[in-house]
Amino acid sequence: MAESVPAADVHAHDDHGHHEQSFASKYLFSTDHKMIAMQYMFTGMAMALIGGFFAYAFRMQLAFPGMDVPFWGQVSAAEYNALVTNHGTIMIFWVAMPVLIAAFGNYLIPLMCGCDDMVFPRLNRLSYQIFLLSAVVLIASFFVEGGAFGGAWTAYPPLSAKAEYSLTPLGSTIWVIAVALEFVAFLLGGINFVTTAMNSRAEGMGMYDIPVVIWMIVIASILFMASVGPLIAGAVMLVFDQTLGTNFFDPDRGGDPILWQHLFWFFGHPEVYVVLLPALGITADIMATFSRKKIFAYKTVLYTTFATGVLSFMVWAHHQFIAGVDPRMAHVFTITTLLISIPIAELCFVYIATLYKGSITLSTPMLWALAFLGEFLIGGVTGIFLGASGADVYFHDTYFVLAHFHYTFFPIAIIGTFAGVTYWFPKMFGRMMNETLGKIHFWGTVIPFNCIFIPLFFLGMGGQHRRIYNYENFPELAGQGMQDIRIFATVSLLVMLAFQVVFFINFIMSLRSGKKAPNNPWRANTLEWQTPSPPPHGNFGSEMPKVYRGPYEYGTPGREEDFWPQNAPS
Amino acid sequence: MAMRPIATTRQVTGIPTGRLATWWVIGSEIVIFGGLLGSYLMHRLVNMQWANYAAHTNTWAGAFNTLVLLTSSLSAVLAHHAASHGDGKKAARYLWMTMGGGALFVAVKAVEWTHEIQLGYTISSNAFWAFYYTAAGLHALHVIAGVIIMGIISVACLKNEDLHRVELIGNYWHFVDLVWIFLFPLLYIAK
Amino acid sequence: MTDLIANYVPSLSTYSADIDGLIILIAWLVGFWYVLCNIVFFYFIFRYRAKPGVPTSYVTGEEKELKRWITIPHLLVLVCDLFIIYGAVRVWVDVKQTLPETPYATVRVISQQWAWSFVHPGADGKLDTADDIKTVDDLHIVKDKPYIYELMARDVLHDFSVPVFRLKQDAIPGRTIKGWFQATATGVYDIQCAEICGIGHGVMAGRIHISTEEQHAAWIAENTPAAALADMPQADTPNPKALAAR
Repeated sequence: MAESVPAADVHAHDDHGHHEQSFASKYLFSTDHKMIAMQYMFTGMAMALIGGFFAYAFRMQLAFPGMDVPFWGQVSAAEYNALVTNHGTIMIFWVAMPVLIAAFGNYLIPLMCGCDDMVFPRLNRLSYQIFLLSAVVLIASFFVEGGAFGGAWTAYPPLSAKAEYSLTPLGSTIWVIAVALEFVAFLLGGINFVTTAMNSRAEGMGMYDIPVVIWMIVIASILFMASVGPLIAGAVMLVFDQTLGTNFFDPDRGGDPILWQHLFWFFGHPEVYVVLLPALGITADIMATFSRKKIFAYKTVLYTTFATGVLSFMVWAHHQFIAGVDPRMAHVFTITTLLISIPIAELCFVYIATLYKGSITLSTPMLWALAFLGEFLIGGVTGIFLGASGADVYFHDTYFVLAHFHYTFFPIAIIGTFAGVTYWFPKMFGRMMNETLGKIHFWGTVIPFNCIFIPLFFLGMGGQHRRIYNYENFPELAGQGMQDIRIFATVSLLVMLAFQVVFFINFIMSLRSGKKAPNNPWRANTLEWQTPSPPPHGNFGSEMPKVYRGPYEYGTPGREEDFWPQNAPS
Repeated sequence: MAMRPIATTRQVTGIPTGRLATWWVIGSEIVIFGGLLGSYLMHRLVNMQWANYAAHTNTWAGAFNTLVLLTSSLSAVLAHHAASHGDGKKAARYLWMTMGGGALFVAVKAVEWTHEIQLGYTISSNAFWAFYYTAAGLHALHVIAGVIIMGIISVACLKNEDLHRVELIGNYWHFVDLVWIFLFPLLYIAK
Repeated sequence: MTDLIANYVPSLSTYSADIDGLIILIAWLVGFWYVLCNIVFFYFIFRYRAKPGVPTSYVTGEEKELKRWITIPHLLVLVCDLFIIYGAVRVWVDVKQTLPETPYATVRVISQQWAWSFVHPGADGKLDTADDIKTVDDLHIVKDKPYIYELMARDVLHDFSVPVFRLKQDAIPGRTIKGWFQATATGVYDIQCAEICGIGHGVMAGRIHISTEEQHAAWIAENTPAAALADMPQADTPNPKALAAR
């Protein structure tokens, strides 16, 4: 346990020059939660660029089969598989998780709970270092003999277990090791998120005074911890199958390939909620702030989240309806899957109700938050088709599935992240972002996003199945009509990628010359806004805040101001 | 003692943060072993012939190791008791006893495995042996890790520092013990 | 919306219309909620835009008369779920859990990296006899007759997918999975592998030939292996030439 922390590391007496930290100790080996959050965020963004580049390369191949893709070259079948596999892996494990849970969790939990750092700062640093290592390991798999793993992010054996099938003798092992390292990093990170939020809250902050985003990150960490174990065991088995010649997944010698699918999806489905919940939390806080409203039925939000979390452990086999498991199981999992639509629908209703009778300002963060809700709704309702066993028989492994989960993951990982970044940017860097550029970037992302994925729903209905590098071999899918749709989706992707430049310009310009941010530019209640922007080392200066009320007291009758900070004495 | 973040000194739930963290570690370990043993059981229930493979495991060695681990858990409890009375030296001595138990456990395991491997039952023989070596091996790694951590803690104990950690490593050790209580019947006794 | 799927992919098996029907049922139900949510959502955004001098309101969401607006819809969602569950279970039982009692024939579908091999019964109507007809990537069946398929995999997971039948089933090495279909029209359609199976996944295409009983009998007569007479087993290893030819 990293409990004893040298005085130089934390809690510095903040006069400058006294503790002049070297570059390395300030940026690379810092134990400060804010710096670790930045490290996670920038690593995540860098990985998002890589994942986005992969998407560009394979979408170009789909739209214009056989072309020389600029900056990549010809996309061979093996490369195509490696690209889609690692696009998925990176976007979920190296973008959504580090940015949504680790970056926002690290940044917000100590600030919003009113303490100076995480409980175990060195453990926190170790978690990031393992995470960084895992990212490097994953990228390394592209440069080994045989190339990167191409058996899909689900890595079903026997394809993933034997080099003679996957033809990537090193790539598949490196892939599993990278993913397992990433899991370890997040298990370590989770210790801090949960213990800090449980034990180190400011004086007076009760359970129901915790901002929703903190609740969500904590519940997500618990879901992750409770679901990932079997897959870690599975990863060990898979690596042994690959390297030691064991037969966990080899049916010829007593193993069972289906076992991996259970281990994977027992984790894989809760994992969706692991990344969904922080994004929901971010949007909850933003929607409350910019509609100047209390979250509608705060406790209901928590209870439905708990219900979702519990139910998420009982739905995994809806990914395996047609995988050759006992067909009777499909009924059980259809029922549980459709039941999970109830708490999620309720959450959507509650979020919409939060707008009711508010005073809504459509600032950039608010636009992102609203877009999250609108887009996620599409992802939610299309999931019903896939959760119903009888309909899944047709839709399984088509582009309908692909479009469906991009309508969940894109709002989560991209829209949710942009919402959070634009909202907390003033706090993180002490400067305001440019609203005009922010809005250009918003529309330039959201409109092309829909242009990419709505057509893919139709391709899915037309029977186009996934992970095919070139549809020419399937006469029913090779028609010009379908090809035009593919081209349209790819062009939309190019437009969307181009608009990300606007974000980076805005980010860098605002960082260098944005308007100085006041402590509380959005006039919000939560504790992080009650300290200077950016917060000093130790977060709250000499006196730690005391909490007197919940986080969403907007428009309280009888008060002049329409907000009421949590730490303001009444 | 060096200065710590204020966060570390708070205790809103009334449960020491270190204990919460240990429970988190144990919780995540439970699901890892749970996944592994659950997978093993699912196979075992449909593969009746696995009983024939299990017949080649050495029940006596397993039973002896069970005894060793249970005894070492007892000395871990005694170490905690001593530590809670502020007697670091005594706690360290009990921790060394526990470490000795852990070392003996690993030694027995080594002899046992050497014999089995010489007979030709290796990790790649079939899925039963794969589970056998993987589950017991993962557990043995936890024993070794526990022994190393206990060594570090016992050094601090001699200086009467951080005595609360004795309880934490004790909890972890009981967990390692408990995993073995599951492994032993599942891998050795069920024939 | 009555032909949501059939507009794109013809519906050519006895159960494909049921699956399409289920999809349409779900589309109506979730479409209703989706449209309703969006109407309320956008109405709120426009109605409650910040206006100077108009203060916000203090609403906790615990008020009974407001909370109804959450509770009642969420019970209605549950009712919709029940309809969907009923439909899904009914279709599933028919497609995946019921085998025809008197099948016209059984065909064996063997998947491997990266080709389909099919074993058809010969004139005797039985598998595993000398007159079995083995083909690579072309499955020949008779219209309007119930077939049972036995699905196997030689190496990795594959998925036997016939979009016009709305049929999809994973093939797993070490297991034989049985299922059924009955075609309702003649023609030649795609068979896809719908589970990633390695670098050749994108070339693992087959064709299903649905013909009348007479045409099928003619095909059997034409293709019954000479080996059936010479009593020589025919190699059914994958045909690399067929793969390379594509």
